[in-house]
Amino acid sequence: MSKELQRYLLTRFSQFLLIIFVAVSINFIIPRLLPGDPVQTALARLQAGGGNQSVDIQAVSAAYRAKYGLDAPLWEQYINYWVDLFRFDLGVSFANFPEKVSTMIGNALPWSVGLLAVATLIAFVTGSLLGARMAWPGAGRGIKTLVPMMMILTSIPFYLLAIILIYFFAVVLKWFPPAGGVATTRIMRLDWATTQDVLRHAVLPSMAIILGNIGFWALGMRSQMVNVLGEDYITFAEAKGLHPRRIFFWYGMRNALLAQITALALSLGSVVSGAVLVEVIFNYPGLGNLLYVAIRGQDYFVIQGVVLMLIVTLAVLLFIVDLLYPLLDPRIRR
Amino acid sequence: MNRFFASVQRNIQQGRLSALLLLGLVIITAVVLFGIIGPFFTDAANAQVGAVRPRRPPGGDYFLGTDSQGRDMWTLLIYATPNTLKMGLIAGFIGVGMGTVLGLIAGHFGGWIDAVIRVISDALLTVPAIAILVIIAGNIDRMSTFVMALVVASLGWMFTARTVRAQVLTVREKAYIEVARVNGEGPWEILFTEIMPNIMPYIVASFVGTVSGSILAVIGLEALGLGALDEMTLGNTIYWAQQSSAVLRGYWWWWSPPILMIALIFIGLFLTSVGFDRFANPRLARR
Repeated sequence: MSKELQRYLLTRFSQFLLIIFVAVSINFIIPRLLPGDPVQTALARLQAGGGNQSVDIQAVSAAYRAKYGLDAPLWEQYINYWVDLFRFDLGVSFANFPEKVSTMIGNALPWSVGLLAVATLIAFVTGSLLGARMAWPGAGRGIKTLVPMMMILTSIPFYLLAIILIYFFAVVLKWFPPAGGVATTRIMRLDWATTQDVLRHAVLPSMAIILGNIGFWALGMRSQMVNVLGEDYITFAEAKGLHPRRIFFWYGMRNALLAQITALALSLGSVVSGAVLVEVIFNYPGLGNLLYVAIRGQDYFVIQGVVLMLIVTLAVLLFIVDLLYPLLDPRIRR
Repeated sequence: MNRFFASVQRNIQQGRLSALLLLGLVIITAVVLFGIIGPFFTDAANAQVGAVRPRRPPGGDYFLGTDSQGRDMWTLLIYATPNTLKMGLIAGFIGVGMGTVLGLIAGHFGGWIDAVIRVISDALLTVPAIAILVIIAGNIDRMSTFVMALVVASLGWMFTARTVRAQVLTVREKAYIEVARVNGEGPWEILFTEIMPNIMPYIVASFVGTVSGSILAVIGLEALGLGALDEMTLGNTIYWAQQSSAVLRGYWWWWSPPILMIALIFIGLFLTSVGFDRFANPRLARR
């Protein structure tokens, strides 16, 4: 590993730590900045809602106060907060007392990451390929009209596309299930039937995310590719008599992808925001739906835990993108 | 009026005022007019819960049908659309205002202020906005459309701040700034009378984007059930439709009008911002 690469990885890693630090601090500070005692407010609302009579409010409140010491000075609470985080202790759920928030998140996380990663990857790859093809001489009329139409889809929030998709493909045509992550009767096992079921349930939610994003990648790639194709090394490669396919992929796309990857890193946040709502619409058993159910039930620590987890997930994804960067751009690797 | 049209025509021919911008503005104006003119022809009482017979399909007395809480969808749409636009505009103004001031300060003064503003805005740009907004909105007791706009505006300043900062850095080195300094103008005076007017196009361009982003965030929060549920907005309509499983039960007239209206707003804003980019940077127009 060269000096530059080391420095690059170091700055990226410190950025990763910074995002986590800011997220945890915001998560800690905001509830304390707002007037009122968060636990009391949440419990009072829970009681007023009347939905969860089985919860022993006194026990929850006492257990919480003893454990987290809300009467301690702020800096001590802050340190305790960090210590608990390192033990992956995010408190207990009000609505499902005494289930641990960390267990609930652990169950939901694989669903979200799976859906989001696959859908984003498909959207990114197809979008980039379409966009590059559009900039390449001799692009068909089909591609040229398809991509602007997809761009319009991109400007609509993709959880609204999700509703339309459900109506046509699950309610009218009945091709795919309208909600959930697996059939409710299925026992989760690692076999073909389960996999098939999971995939069938994932088609519509991932379609919503893909349709909502593909135009963005296509248009970004097109403008990058137009610039790259004007470079001298493309002319040189043509003069050398290289095969057009080689020029397209190794001289054109590889260079145009650099800016795309930067855009990917910048837009992941909004993709995650949208995916949360897609999960809600589809009742998909991921973090987004857990968040929604927690908001509905005023389940304070679950909300906090999920929000933190969303940010951490995003930071990790961002860091992975950063790690991919040197593979594409030898200037950083050198 | 004739001169106005002549100037519009000339600008289109020069490629500065693109057809996209015009189309976008037409769509936005139509949506705004819908909310302004509509109330004159409808009775607001019909949008109250239980005002009309529930679950009627479109046609007859109810142009767009009614929802399962007995509200006339057409009336609801007329009153909900301006509320949603209003939240976007308020959040847009506040967000862009904060972003402009922070960007100007960061770019002009540099040093540790710049570093702090840049680090915070970069970190907030990468974090999914909904995560932070959920925490804020979930901790507010009495939600209203105005408070909602404030909540969303709290995360609507970063993009403007970045753009403005970058522009300040280029404008700062221009000769006329040096002249102003030699003439004895103070740093704040230079900032607001010399630098800010010159980056106005960028500020206006980022305003369109911020309004669009704010409406997106508002609708998202409302769809999660964090909005002011007693007020009529497009996001709340979606929330109630979702709560009553309107999609699965086949009440397409309940969820499709708000989605269509939201889509119109976003397409209009999107075209406006693309068109405005070309207006602000004439170099793009020739492509």
